[in-house]
Amino acid sequence: MIDVKDVGAVRDALGAHDYLADEGLATAIFLALKLNRPLLLEGEAGVGKTEVAKVLARWTGGELLRLQCYEGIDAAQAVYEWDYSRQLLHLRAAEASGDAIDEDELYSERFLVRRPLLRAIAHDSQQVPVLLVDEVDRADDEFEAFLLEVLSDFAITVPELGTFRAESPPVVVVTSNRTRDVHNALKRRCLYHWIDHPDFERELAILRVRAPEVREELARQVAGAAEALRDLDLYKPPGVAETIDWAHAVAALGAARLDATTVDVTLGTVLKYREDQERARAHGLDHLVDAAAAHDRAS
Amino acid sequence: MRPDSEADRLAVTFARVLRGAGLDVPVGSTITFADALAAVGLERRAGVYWAGRATLVRSPEDRDAYDRAFASFWEGIVEIPERSVPAGSISLAFDADRDTPDADEEASDDEQATPTVAVRWSPAEVLRHCDFAELTHAELVEARRMMADLKLAGPLRRSRRRQRTHRERGRPDLRRTVRRTLRTAGEPIDRAFTAPSQRPRRIVLLCDVSGSMEPYARAFLRFVQAAVVGHGRVEAFAMGTRLTRITRELSSRDPDAALSAASRRVLDWSGGTRLGEALRAFNDQWGVRGMARGAVVVILSDGWDRGDPDVLAGEMARLRRVAHRIVWVNPLKATPEYAPLARGMAAALPYVDEFVTGHSMAALGELAEVISK
Ligand SMILES: Nc1ncnc2c1ncn2[C@@H]1O[C@H](COP(=O)(O)OP(=O)(O)OP(=O)(O)O)[C@@H](O)[C@H]1O
Ligand SMILES: [Mg+2]
Repeated sequence: MIDVKDVGAVRDALGAHDYLADEGLATAIFLALKLNRPLLLEGEAGVGKTEVAKVLARWTGGELLRLQCYEGIDAAQAVYEWDYSRQLLHLRAAEASGDAIDEDELYSERFLVRRPLLRAIAHDSQQVPVLLVDEVDRADDEFEAFLLEVLSDFAITVPELGTFRAESPPVVVVTSNRTRDVHNALKRRCLYHWIDHPDFERELAILRVRAPEVREELARQVAGAAEALRDLDLYKPPGVAETIDWAHAVAALGAARLDATTVDVTLGTVLKYREDQERARAHGLDHLVDAAAAHDRAS
Repeated sequence: MRPDSEADRLAVTFARVLRGAGLDVPVGSTITFADALAAVGLERRAGVYWAGRATLVRSPEDRDAYDRAFASFWEGIVEIPERSVPAGSISLAFDADRDTPDADEEASDDEQATPTVAVRWSPAEVLRHCDFAELTHAELVEARRMMADLKLAGPLRRSRRRQRTHRERGRPDLRRTVRRTLRTAGEPIDRAFTAPSQRPRRIVLLCDVSGSMEPYARAFLRFVQAAVVGHGRVEAFAMGTRLTRITRELSSRDPDAALSAASRRVLDWSGGTRLGEALRAFNDQWGVRGMARGAVVVILSDGWDRGDPDVLAGEMARLRRVAHRIVWVNPLKATPEYAPLARGMAAALPYVDEFVTGHSMAALGELAEVISK
């Protein structure tokens, strides 16, 4: 089990592994660990939802088991599957040698292919694994329903083999981009946190650890301009990931300051849609430069 | 609830404030909130605030209401609403006041007397195939009206049980090959038919009303109500953490009155499910004593069970020995990838004669046919 003292300890541990959480997220993570509850993270693209699971694995030393959801994901991909071709080979061999066919043998662990959910439940590691169910909103209701059952009981039944039960439940992080509402019953099972875009100071701090080669003044300008971009009512406002990319790009150009030319040539790294780039340009790149300059120095 | 601690008291009080502010706060969340408070402590405002955010708020849209409620609560300037909602009760799925009360009930008595099946539907084809979970409120109202057209009758006792069809869907051929190879080595199981008779069989409907069935419960209960009204030999029960007989409540001609009477009677709406225990209660108190004997027993449930699957399997076996046929209706089965992995479902399936979906009007029509064949 992961023994954590308090919210501050979580924040420090995450910080030591290059993830800067605000108090709300740190509290949600603390409670998830303390109360053994799955954590459902929602928020805009690129705000660091997926990264939470990764950093938890780095911190705790637990294995990261990632289940990427998609439309039509089914039990065979998420839970387990029988290795049909090996079963068939086995049958052929039995037939050839005239042996009796033993169904139990055919449906034994030997032929079982474990997928992330089963691996997370049936783990036997010292340090509990971190199960990441990423982008659950892409899966369909029925998968969600099954997930709820697994997360409620921490048990999975393979009819042919019996029930696997987690002795110590895995740490579970579920993320959603909210393309569709997650079912209420699943939400109720989880602790919930909506990750907002970071405020200026935290985004600056993230740049310091994630883009350490970028000079302080430039990092401040990039963070300030990113903040201004988020006010433009864009189709896809920049997430932390985009701000980091932008800072890298600007620094790679050797620019000392974020001026209109620099913004112009690097805009594609922070705004991924052409419509958004056009909107930012129509609004005036000078406006961004001004917003950046306003953060030149700590006030 | 648990013995009073300061965290518990604070949690219960604040939950009440939030409900007053219009947020949906189930009892389970209040308990989690209390645990969270115990973990973070009550001293710091931020700690209490975020403990509540993590446990009581489930969408960004609710944040503003939460923030306002929290601020006034913390400042102590809030009036704590009197216990208008008793602890443990949960708001119900039926909103009778918003429904048009004109579902035409033309099931005349002479029709009822005829032990035949008439499944008639209004021509709204699209609606018929929609999953209940996806219907808007208005569409649900329409669907309920369509259900009034449904006549349900048990099969005559001479009827023969059809062999269970087992379709394997969307699986690679290899799997079928393995299974078939196995099957040739095994022996086919043939079930005996029951003795012929002319009386329509009793129909017993057991409807799961736990949280996971939320999207389907009202449509199903309406189906059950139509069945109770339209056919004399129908019994209905609600299964949640306990078993509640709702036949009498559902026998009102006015569907809305019937449904709200039933929901008042059922205390554990949208709670957890203990299918095994509920079924044991049914077997002990009603079923094995006679109600289920020779009857068609219809279980409406998604098969998620918080209880012990062995208990469920044992009770299914008991039921199997007395019932004419067991029909299991699981709306989740409508999805092509569905595999009965839910523990309860896996445990129950061996005892089930018919496994159908019932997730839409069309599917309920099929269910009516399955029941009466
Ligand atoms: N709080 C943070 N501290 C440090 N780095 C962060 C933080 N938030 C985000 N990042 C950085 O941003 C990157 C993108 O985050 P991540 O992929 O987790 O976002 P996401 O919310 O899952 O996005 P998507 O919705 O696109 O999947 C991470 O690789 C990480 O480098
Ligand atoms: Mg992600």
